[in-house]
Amino acid sequence: MAQLVMSIEVEDPRIVEFDVRTDEMLVNMGPQHPSTHGVLRLLLRTDGEIVHEVTPYIGYLHRCAEKIGENLSPPQWIPYTDRMDYLAGMNMNLGMSLAVEKLVDMEVPDKAMTIRVIIAELGRIASHLVAMGTYGLDLGTFSPFLYAFREREIILDLFEEVCGARLTYSYITPGGVTHDLPAQIPIPPGLASLTGQSPNKKVSWLEATTMFLNWLEPRIQEYHTLLTRNSIFIKRTARLGILPRDLAINYGCTGPVLRGSGVDWDLRRDGEPIYTRMYEGYEFDIPVGPFEDAPPEAELGDNWCRFYVRMREVVEAIGLVRQGIERYPSAEGSYRLPYKLSTKLPKDECYLETECPRGAMGFYFVGDGHAEPFRARAKSSSFCNLTVTGPLCEGFLLADIPAVVGSLDVVMGEIDR
Amino acid sequence: MTTEEIHQLLVDQFGDKITSANLEAKDPWIEVAANAIVEVAQFVQQDERLRFDHLNNLCGVDYLEPDPKKAKKFDHDPHVEVIYHLSSYELKHRLVLKVKLPRWKGDAAGELPEIPSVSGVWAAADWHEREAFDLVGIHFADHPNLVRILCPEDWVGHPLRKDYEFPLEYHGIRGK
Repeated sequence: MAQLVMSIEVEDPRIVEFDVRTDEMLVNMGPQHPSTHGVLRLLLRTDGEIVHEVTPYIGYLHRCAEKIGENLSPPQWIPYTDRMDYLAGMNMNLGMSLAVEKLVDMEVPDKAMTIRVIIAELGRIASHLVAMGTYGLDLGTFSPFLYAFREREIILDLFEEVCGARLTYSYITPGGVTHDLPAQIPIPPGLASLTGQSPNKKVSWLEATTMFLNWLEPRIQEYHTLLTRNSIFIKRTARLGILPRDLAINYGCTGPVLRGSGVDWDLRRDGEPIYTRMYEGYEFDIPVGPFEDAPPEAELGDNWCRFYVRMREVVEAIGLVRQGIERYPSAEGSYRLPYKLSTKLPKDECYLETECPRGAMGFYFVGDGHAEPFRARAKSSSFCNLTVTGPLCEGFLLADIPAVVGSLDVVMGEIDR
Repeated sequence: MTTEEIHQLLVDQFGDKITSANLEAKDPWIEVAANAIVEVAQFVQQDERLRFDHLNNLCGVDYLEPDPKKAKKFDHDPHVEVIYHLSSYELKHRLVLKVKLPRWKGDAAGELPEIPSVSGVWAAADWHEREAFDLVGIHFADHPNLVRILCPEDWVGHPLRKDYEFPLEYHGIRGK
């Protein structure tokens, strides 16, 4: 009773409001929520509109890929890696192939490496385009998504000409790649209509890719106008979900999430020799926050920074593909070395990480003298990136949760494996 | 620093708690006694010469060959390993730590082997340890929330154990 009298005596209205608390509520967001990027379930403890605690629940897409990997030889496991990060299948193929090559001491020829760089960087562009488009969707704007998919469609057409598949490629395999780049293809229909050319015209695959890059490069500025510099977008992302450098490192974040927090680390430059030798002689920058051209509202490690790292990486990837196209005609060797399904893995083990669009994707193999690895492990980058949702989302408004989770750009297929 | 130097440093620091090492392997590794893993983890993270601030990967491997034909050529005694892949952003070097555990605690089938959790050292270990518990069946003592992460809560067994048997039925869904 005494307490009640006291709270009535308070005259400052703000303090009274502070006293009137609503009940805490547990809200389930997902696993079918559209802005949780697949089947992620977040259990939110909310007080009105304020979120006090976020607990992610994962595993809805678990297929036990690692157990499957123990029963298949590495080339047979390649299609399963496509289905882990289904937005960047090529990069997943590459990571796994390199890990196997490291285990069996195989060095792929120059030509195969050049093709791998071209394909992997195109895959990075495609993946970051989806990240950009769906992040726009999360924040309630639809048009960037349409533009992103228009562009991605052309990349998928190019990939289709290379390997016959549009999503699950299985193109990069231990030993090299499955096919050489095609000499003659029809211009992808999307590209033909955008550039006003006849779709029946035949060009080489490299010409079509150059044509696409020439068309894409000036569009990046349009995306910046549409999204990056859009004042509504900045209000939804800047100074929200700030991930400090130490927290990012401690939680094992990698990729754009880590670089957005100001850690200058990219495995294409800092990785193991078997991976970095692919990129030897290529010139590219590694975008790391803080950015000079950031809007004044933005801060190091916030949603905007993470998003901007991806946008800058698209520009760098375009440069890398161009350099790869220049090198390709003079690249020596074959596009693949034979790797038999029955190739025995040595009694050793190795772990290799590569820079996938979402971060450092690691593959760990233990060989025991059989063709099938004794243990196959896929360490997912999104898995670690997702762990920071808890600390990042505390104290935010409910409406900001999709903005924070979307900025991490997670793919559930890779997390659940 | 090379793994040889790191090994020497750890042996000087921890003595017989560093049980063995293989410095010729593709990824040279150092084996640590299970009860010392947290001290070693703290040391390699904080020591100025090492600074392993990034836990790349943590996973478990079940060394058992259930197939009697293959078992003859299998070099390992049955045991479970926990493997820590570390790297340093500052000094740009890598390290692999291993801990060997019995397959079952006190050889009683079903009793999970125990190892102290390093989630207090690297927060990244939190989910990785939950995954290793879920799939390989390793109990991480002092873990803040050691529950299944990928499999459903009521799942029986640990699928990445080599002697795991697939369930015939799960909530009315028939297995093979």
